[in-house]
Amino acid sequence: MKTHLATHGKVVDSHKRSADGAPWSLQEKLLLGMTPQQYIVQAVRNPFNWILALIFAIGLPLIAGRFFFGLNWVTHSSNDYPWGLFLGFGLFAMVPLSASGFMLGTTVEIFGRHDFKPIERLALLNGLLGYLFAVIYLLVDLGQPWRLPYPMVVSFGPAAVLFLVAWHVATYLSVQVAEVSSSFFEWIGWPAAKKFIREITIGLTVSGIILSTLHQGALGALFTYAPGKVHPLWYSASFQWLFFFVSAIPAGLCMVIAVSTIARKTMAWRCDDEFKNNLDKLTISLAKGASMGLVTYFTIKTIGIAHDNEWGYLATGWGAWYMVEMAFGVLLPIAVFAWAIRNKNASLARVGAFITVAGIVLNRLNTALITFNWRLYQEIPHWREVIISLTIFAIYIVTYRFILYRLPILYEWKEEKVLVPETVNEPVRIHEPYQGSPEPVASYRTSE
Amino acid sequence: MSGISRRKFLTCTLVGAGATALSLKTTDAFASAKLEGYPDSMGVLVDLGRCVGCRSCEAACNREQHLPAPAQSFDDPSVFDQTFHNGQKRRTDEQAYTVVNRYEPTATDQPVYRKSQCNHCNEPACLTSCFVNAYTKTSEGAVIYNPNICVGCRNCMIACPFNMPAYSYSSATNPVIKKCIFCYDTRLKNGLPPACVEICPQQVMTFGHRKELIEIAHERIKARPDRYIDHLYGENEVGGTSWMYLAPAPFEEVGFDTTMNNEPIISNVKDFLGTVPMVLAIWPALFTGFHLLATRKHDIEQHGDDHSAHKEEEKKS
Repeated sequence: MKTHLATHGKVVDSHKRSADGAPWSLQEKLLLGMTPQQYIVQAVRNPFNWILALIFAIGLPLIAGRFFFGLNWVTHSSNDYPWGLFLGFGLFAMVPLSASGFMLGTTVEIFGRHDFKPIERLALLNGLLGYLFAVIYLLVDLGQPWRLPYPMVVSFGPAAVLFLVAWHVATYLSVQVAEVSSSFFEWIGWPAAKKFIREITIGLTVSGIILSTLHQGALGALFTYAPGKVHPLWYSASFQWLFFFVSAIPAGLCMVIAVSTIARKTMAWRCDDEFKNNLDKLTISLAKGASMGLVTYFTIKTIGIAHDNEWGYLATGWGAWYMVEMAFGVLLPIAVFAWAIRNKNASLARVGAFITVAGIVLNRLNTALITFNWRLYQEIPHWREVIISLTIFAIYIVTYRFILYRLPILYEWKEEKVLVPETVNEPVRIHEPYQGSPEPVASYRTSE
Repeated sequence: MSGISRRKFLTCTLVGAGATALSLKTTDAFASAKLEGYPDSMGVLVDLGRCVGCRSCEAACNREQHLPAPAQSFDDPSVFDQTFHNGQKRRTDEQAYTVVNRYEPTATDQPVYRKSQCNHCNEPACLTSCFVNAYTKTSEGAVIYNPNICVGCRNCMIACPFNMPAYSYSSATNPVIKKCIFCYDTRLKNGLPPACVEICPQQVMTFGHRKELIEIAHERIKARPDRYIDHLYGENEVGGTSWMYLAPAPFEEVGFDTTMNNEPIISNVKDFLGTVPMVLAIWPALFTGFHLLATRKHDIEQHGDDHSAHKEEEKKS
């Protein structure tokens, strides 16, 4: 893409090629203003695409095989470990990393911190895609994925935590589609739809907070069904949902830092100056939020051990592993963030963010897979299960990149400045076309 | 300002109303979770001291439930030497709803055989964890399930403290949960004992009303205190089970988990379930309140918050 831009110039960032040029067609918008030949040439030139192609060449047939030959072809079909990597990583780790949507939505829309705007859309998109792919991982894991709507329409089990997760993830996914859709409406050119979304933003954001609080917590509460199976250090009947909810906050914030770092590095052409110039400052701000989240998380985890009096377990092998998780995934990033914030070092804050993301993934894997059945034996996922998980993650990256290349997420869509009457007490005038009508006498403002 | 906040308020009220609908359901389920089992629930008392490990119960179950023929025949005692994954003994799976394992406890000279199958809890964890409500605890005491709505999330397998439900992973088109159903369809419903109980040559198992079985068990312990550990496993574990066990050796040495609470599994989840309606009810006002507190200041100072500035003018004009 970089090479292409150097020779051909001009990226799509408004409806028209230039101030008075012809509008971009949909195909041109999709192909980033290139001809199909140019598009293919730049795609083939990118070595990352070759890596992706290799993953897909192996992984996609395996995914197909899972549906043709059943789960026992791709997993160990364990009756003791009913949840493997698809849920352990795909659902339990992807969802906290997607808490960014509601975090930044709250910051900008609820607390009115419009200085976070340049990164809000990225956070919303990160939330949407994370949830979407968590559901895709789930569909691969469910025995009968075509029955996924059953808890919504066929038979209700409202006392089950999973019932809550199902409803909340489904509702929240729709909320997030609505939140992200305003950038799509800008890109495709439907201002009316965008205006409608704008009007319901507060409602969407507040429902986002409610649904996120509950299902982030509910994912933790799912494990409270298994008191004898999850290791006591990772289990708390009273606080499990809070552990999952609170750790999702630094997880979501750090995922935004991580993704923005990657986007800034690999698609600088797509980021506008507003994004680039504010990124370091915003990274430090997000790091502040993340470190507060991590400190709180560390505190409540310690309270959890005290509450159930589990200190004795710390002296065991599992206790050592627990302390490794806390030291690497929580205390180390706290220290890194502290240093970075003090010295206003955004690069260091980014390092801290990547460590936090890894730490959260480790925590979820520990809860769902590694310490699960600690009194039985250790399940090592089947190699096909590992490759399928990797392939779905690769599809996630491709989708992410596809959207970031096109929709105004990292850049602002350049709207034509249409003049509309400011006052509305002369309704007749509003419906008239703006061009060719007599000069209205009223004052003007720039439309959104 | 008042206009916009009224609309926000309405939005939140709607969310709250939806919330209430959900929360009412949750509280209903709560109430039913206090159930202590049906009064006329049937049960089975298993006296491990009598079992000789003939595995005829496994064979009877296989026939009754039309399960596929096993890899090794039911009279082959070598299965007792099989171990899996770091010393794990055989367990129930999609082809065997009950299995007998051999244990060599230190307290007895003879090996002890232990039959395992679904224990049919009074408050089944599988039932409470199922998001499509596929499980039913019948008044006869059986925990049965509807395979036609099983989505295959396998949450019940996570929740079962006895690790009993298995999954038919081998099926690509119709995998479902597989477990002992107390021969409900063919026998229990008609007042008959399950196939395994009926076939047992040693009368290891006694079928009857759960209440009476508890009395019988305690009488046996009282009559032969030298033969039995003074504990009826399943009387209180995880809220009580329909299948209960007497053992001649400490339960933890013959394959039982003795760390289990007497509280049903669902009581671990109640803390969370209780917060759900509260979050649904409190969060809308709390966060809309934060929004008003945080942005109203801007309006007053600079009249600049872009959610409300021009709306306000519209309203004025």
